[in-house]
Amino acid sequence: MKTLLRLFTACFFLLIAMNATSEPFRLGMTSATARGQYPLLEEWRLYLQQKLNHPVTFVFRRSYLECMDLMEQNKLDFAWISSPAYFENVRLSNLLVTPLYHGKPFDLSYLIVPASDHDTASLLNLKDKVFAFVDPDSSTGYIETNYQLLLNNKNPENFFKKTFFTFDDQKIVAAVAIGLADAGSISGFAWDTLAQSRPDITSQTRIVLQSAVHGLSPIVARATLDRHDTLAMQRVLLNMSKDAEGIKLLTRLNIDGFAPADWKLYHNDYLMMQRTGHL
Amino acid sequence: MKFFLNLSYRHKVPLWGGFLIIISVLAVSASFIINAYIQVEKDLAIDSQKLGHSLKLNLFSAILQDDIWRAFEIITEASQRESSGMVSVENILVVDRTQHVLVSTHPRQAPILADMHRLGPELDEIAKQIVQMNTEQQKTIYLADSKHYYSITNIANDNTSLGTLVIVHSKDVFLPLFARNAWNGLLVGTIILAILLPFNWYWGQRMALPLVQLAARMAQLGKKWPDNLDPDLYEYHDELGLLFESYKQMLNDMRNKKALEMQIVQSDRLAVIGQLAAGIAHEINNPLSGMLMAIDTLKHHTDLSPRTTKTIALIVRGLNQIKDTVATLLVEAKMNSRNLTPQDIEDVLTLISPMSGKKSLHLAWHCCLTEEVALPSTFVRQVLINLLMNAIKAASTQGEVACDIIIDNEQLQISVSNDGKMLAPEQISHMFEPFTTFSEGGHGLGLWVTYQIVSQMGGTIAAKKEANDHMNFTVKIPLGGRL
Repeated sequence: MKTLLRLFTACFFLLIAMNATSEPFRLGMTSATARGQYPLLEEWRLYLQQKLNHPVTFVFRRSYLECMDLMEQNKLDFAWISSPAYFENVRLSNLLVTPLYHGKPFDLSYLIVPASDHDTASLLNLKDKVFAFVDPDSSTGYIETNYQLLLNNKNPENFFKKTFFTFDDQKIVAAVAIGLADAGSISGFAWDTLAQSRPDITSQTRIVLQSAVHGLSPIVARATLDRHDTLAMQRVLLNMSKDAEGIKLLTRLNIDGFAPADWKLYHNDYLMMQRTGHL
Repeated sequence: MKFFLNLSYRHKVPLWGGFLIIISVLAVSASFIINAYIQVEKDLAIDSQKLGHSLKLNLFSAILQDDIWRAFEIITEASQRESSGMVSVENILVVDRTQHVLVSTHPRQAPILADMHRLGPELDEIAKQIVQMNTEQQKTIYLADSKHYYSITNIANDNTSLGTLVIVHSKDVFLPLFARNAWNGLLVGTIILAILLPFNWYWGQRMALPLVQLAARMAQLGKKWPDNLDPDLYEYHDELGLLFESYKQMLNDMRNKKALEMQIVQSDRLAVIGQLAAGIAHEINNPLSGMLMAIDTLKHHTDLSPRTTKTIALIVRGLNQIKDTVATLLVEAKMNSRNLTPQDIEDVLTLISPMSGKKSLHLAWHCCLTEEVALPSTFVRQVLINLLMNAIKAASTQGEVACDIIIDNEQLQISVSNDGKMLAPEQISHMFEPFTTFSEGGHGLGLWVTYQIVSQMGGTIAAKKEANDHMNFTVKIPLGGRL
């Protein structure tokens, strides 16, 4: 019995040791999802590491596309990306969780112009203007605008005089506020979050239009990732809203928590992508 | 100008020096300031071009990928950076090869795709200069009447150019930098002036004051004897020092010459007077001897009345007095005198001691004569007695009379001094003339006789004031001198 107990104890410590030295979970982030909150993200990483009892690293890339490239190369286990990025590489990953904003997993696309622009009332007023997008794979920051132009029989390729990407929702606000771009499309969730921390910047812009709802950017898991690990991460994320420390972090991330991701939530995005030729 | 040239060296030398120093310092300061201006311009151009060069490669990549936002971030960061403190960026534009704005740090003033030629006359001119840039990679442009200067950099990698980076600097930063350097120049100039001007003033005064004093002394020449130059005035032996030495030498020579002339005139006068006196004495002596002999013959007649006898006695006394006086005037070797011995000197001392004792004088006696010398003792004794008696008369009660007798340089030197009343220069110049007296009761022939004896023996006699305010008479008689 004593020998068995010793063997069991040895196995236990061996497992802990193996666990401790095993490869960390790599969670991919883009500038759009990170939103410049790097100290907060570090606290979140430590939180996840503690809850998972497994090392976690965050990998930052500029665009959703770069994140998905890493995932394709098995260099990411999880990624917080946009739904178009997910749909473009649907076989690479599985939807894991969706953030909840105001209790719902929905986001909007805002069409913003400089506050000094009192004339623009619709997207169609922005013909031959300079327009700023977030990311070519952003539903709220790119697909939605193109979709709306197509709905109005406008060619997104030449409707604007010039377009550019900032790869960060907050930078869209800055680009529009200083007049670099005449208008931009941005995630409503990102604009609202920025309005809380930097109202001086958002006040220099004016929301012209709000789109129909989109699903908030999901966190996906690599399709080839061990199911146990996938579920472990999902469980930790879902349970964040159930402990005080998690709630604190969620509050600072300006979300209420995470819900299991459902692809139906992104069905409209999927259709838009099809309509705009992104799929 | 003439007024300035006529100024005294006392003012002219410091003023000229000061003027030259100020001109020099102004020239140096101006050169410093101009150099500072050029250097600031150069530094700003270099700093700006360095900035352009450092941005070029990042911008090349961003423009190549049409990444407007990244290009914007690159130029915005550069425009906000705290550079070396030299360059302050006001605006940065990135334009394509057709001079259309790709991105700028002030998008409202220079919006994306705006034609640079339409962004105002200055940017229009810059756009034209960009077109004219051929193989040049960088250029700094200063437009006339512009508040800005422009640094343009070709955004190229190897030979592939994607556009041009235009960095706009405000000259507002240029002027303070220049002013700071110029101020430094002026400060250095002022410090140099503060050091050199007082030094120049001192040096000018040091140079000019002796000259001024010399000029003043020279101007006095011919009117009166100029005072001596202040011995501490200029103690160096340069040309100026030599000039002062020469002046002193000249003044001494002139004084000596004048004294010599005076001496000659006096000697001549005394000689003439002596000859006249001797002539008159001879002329008087002959009839006088006849008159005395006639009266002596007359006295031997017995029939003279008492009245006549009394009258004859009166005439005889008068004639004898005339005879004595004439004898005194007529200094002649009446006899063959023996040589002077130390005992003669001692005799004189014995002779005059009672006189000095009456006035309780301190008689400082110093005689170096130890043996007989070839001088007539009678005349030397007479000279010595005359001098000593005069000194005793002149000395104050309980005063001091000094007598110094030495043989020096084949000369007998008798020096007699007293602490009595000093004689005026005018009195000294006439003191050896007959009937010149400075005391009551004297007939004024003592010094005349002394002078006659001494000069006839080939010697000299001089009166002078000693340093202790004693009146001194010095007689020098060459050994072997005879009347």
